[in-house]
Amino acid sequence: MQTIEISHLSFAYGDEPVLSDVCFQAEGEETIGIIGANGVGKSTLLKIIVGILPEYQGSLKICGMEAERKNLAQIREKTGYVFQDSESQLFMSNVYEDVAFAPRNYGYPEEEVRRRTERALDMVHIKDLQEKQIYRLSGGQKKLASIATILSTNPEIILLDEPSVALDPKNRRNLIRILKELPGMKIIASHDLDMVWDTCSRTILMSDGRIIADGNTKELLTKQDLLEAHGLELPMFVAGQQSMQQKK
Amino acid sequence: MYCNLYLYKEHKEEESEVAVGKIREAIYGIHHMDETASKDRWMQNLHPLAKLLTAFVYIFVVVSFDKYDLPGLAVMGLYLFVLFFFGKFSLFRAVRQMKVILAVSAAVGIANPFLDHSVWMEAGGFVITGGMISMITLMLKGIYAVLESYLLIVSTSIEEICYALQCLKIPKTFITVILLIYRYMIVLLKEAERIMLAYEMRAPGQKGVHWKAWGSLAGQLLLRSIDRAQIVYESMMLRGYDGTFRLIRKKENTAQSLVYGIGWILIFLLYRCFCEYLR
Repeated sequence: MQTIEISHLSFAYGDEPVLSDVCFQAEGEETIGIIGANGVGKSTLLKIIVGILPEYQGSLKICGMEAERKNLAQIREKTGYVFQDSESQLFMSNVYEDVAFAPRNYGYPEEEVRRRTERALDMVHIKDLQEKQIYRLSGGQKKLASIATILSTNPEIILLDEPSVALDPKNRRNLIRILKELPGMKIIASHDLDMVWDTCSRTILMSDGRIIADGNTKELLTKQDLLEAHGLELPMFVAGQQSMQQKK
Repeated sequence: MYCNLYLYKEHKEEESEVAVGKIREAIYGIHHMDETASKDRWMQNLHPLAKLLTAFVYIFVVVSFDKYDLPGLAVMGLYLFVLFFFGKFSLFRAVRQMKVILAVSAAVGIANPFLDHSVWMEAGGFVITGGMISMITLMLKGIYAVLESYLLIVSTSIEEICYALQCLKIPKTFITVILLIYRYMIVLLKEAERIMLAYEMRAPGQKGVHWKAWGSLAGQLLLRSIDRAQIVYESMMLRGYDGTFRLIRKKENTAQSLVYGIGWILIFLLYRCFCEYLR
C-alpha cells in the first residue's frame, strides 16, 4: 500500500533554512493539497520526497522504505513527479518517445513499453498526439504529456508541482477532471486554491517552511483569517458563496 | 509629426527584432529538421546505419579525389542531386539553413589561385591556373560534405543516428554526450531567445546588444540554461535514467535499406577506382 511517513524533516539551501520540523503521514488513495504562498517550501518538500534533494535532516519513508540512496531507484519507480515547467520535463523528440523513456530505462521489453506508453497516453486522453513533436504541443497538451510520462511506470504516488499554472480555464478544467480519474495517492503543491478545493480531500497549509494546519480541505479552505494570515486568499468559489450569503 | 514618430518607432522596433529573429530562425531550423526526419517517407524509413555508412563512405570518397580532378569530383554531385530530388528535400532550404557552414567550407581554398600559378588551360587569352582548379575542387569537396551531412540529418533523427552509432559499437559515453549536447543546444537557444527578447523590449532602437550588457547577459544565459538543463536532467533521473540512453528503433528493417546502403557504397568505390578509365 502507498504510504508516506515524514517526521521532523528539515532542509536548508546552504545556511538558508527552507523546511523546519515538517511532520505528516499519508496513506491509501488520498489526494492531498499542499498550499502556501510563494517560497514557503512546497516544491522543496516534493523534491525531497522523490529524492532530488537527498541532504535533509529527519526521517522520510516512502512505501515503507527509508528514503536513502540505496532505495532511490525503487522509490523513484513508485513515485512520479510532474515538474512545474512541463517544457523542461519533455526532452525527447515526440510524445511517444518521451512517455516510453521511463519504461525503457526500467528494462521492460519493447512490447510492454508500447503497452504501458499507450495506456498512459490513454489515461490523459492524448493518444492521438503520440507522434506529435513536443514543440508543436500547446501548454495544456504539454502538461498532459508530462503527466503521461510519469504514468507509464504505474506510480503509486503522484506528485504535482503547480499543475494548473499557465493553463487557460478550459485546460484547467480538463486537468482537474483527469486528476480526479487517476488512481493512487496524489500530492498537489499549488496556490490555486480553487483547484485544491476541487481535487483534494485533505489539505496541508505551509508557511515559512512549517506545517501550520493539516485537515479536511472543505474546512480548512473556508477559514479566511487563517488563510489571510499566511498570504493566501479564500478560493473564489468559497468567496462567492460567502458574499452571496452576506447579501441574503 | 505624430505619424512620422510612429513610423520611426516601428522601423526601430523592426531593427531590434533582428537578433531575436535569428535565434528563433535557428530554433525553427532545428525543429524543422527534426520534423522532416520523422516523416513517413522512403528515405526516412531506411535503416539509419545504411544512411550513416553511405554518408561516411561518400564523404571519404569525395575527399580522396586529387585536387586537380575536377571532372571526377563533379560527377559525385549526381548522388546529391538524386537524393534531393527523389527524397523530396529542398536544396534551396538546405543552402539557406547551412549558408554559414557552406560559406566557410567554400572559402577554404580561396588562397589557392595566389599560391599555384601553373597554367592548365588557355582559352581566348584567359588563363586557367592550377590554383583556380584546386580552389574549385576544394570548394566542391566542402560543399558536398556539408550537403551530405544535411541530407543525413534531415532524413534521420538524432536518436536514430545515435542508434546507428550504437550498432557500430561506438562507446556509450560518446553517444550520450552527442544526445545531451543536442538537447542542451535547444535549451540554450530558447533561453537566449527569451533573454534577447527581454533585452530588446527594453532597448528599442538599439542595434544589437550594448557592450556594457554583454557580461551580464552571457552570465544570465549560462545560469538560466544551466537551471533548465538541471530540470531536464532531474526529469531524466526520476524516470530511471542511469547514464545510458536506451535507443530502440520502431521501424522495420527492410531489404530496401540493404540495397540502398550496399548499392551506393559499391557505386562510390567502383567509380573512385575506375573513374580514370572512364575518361
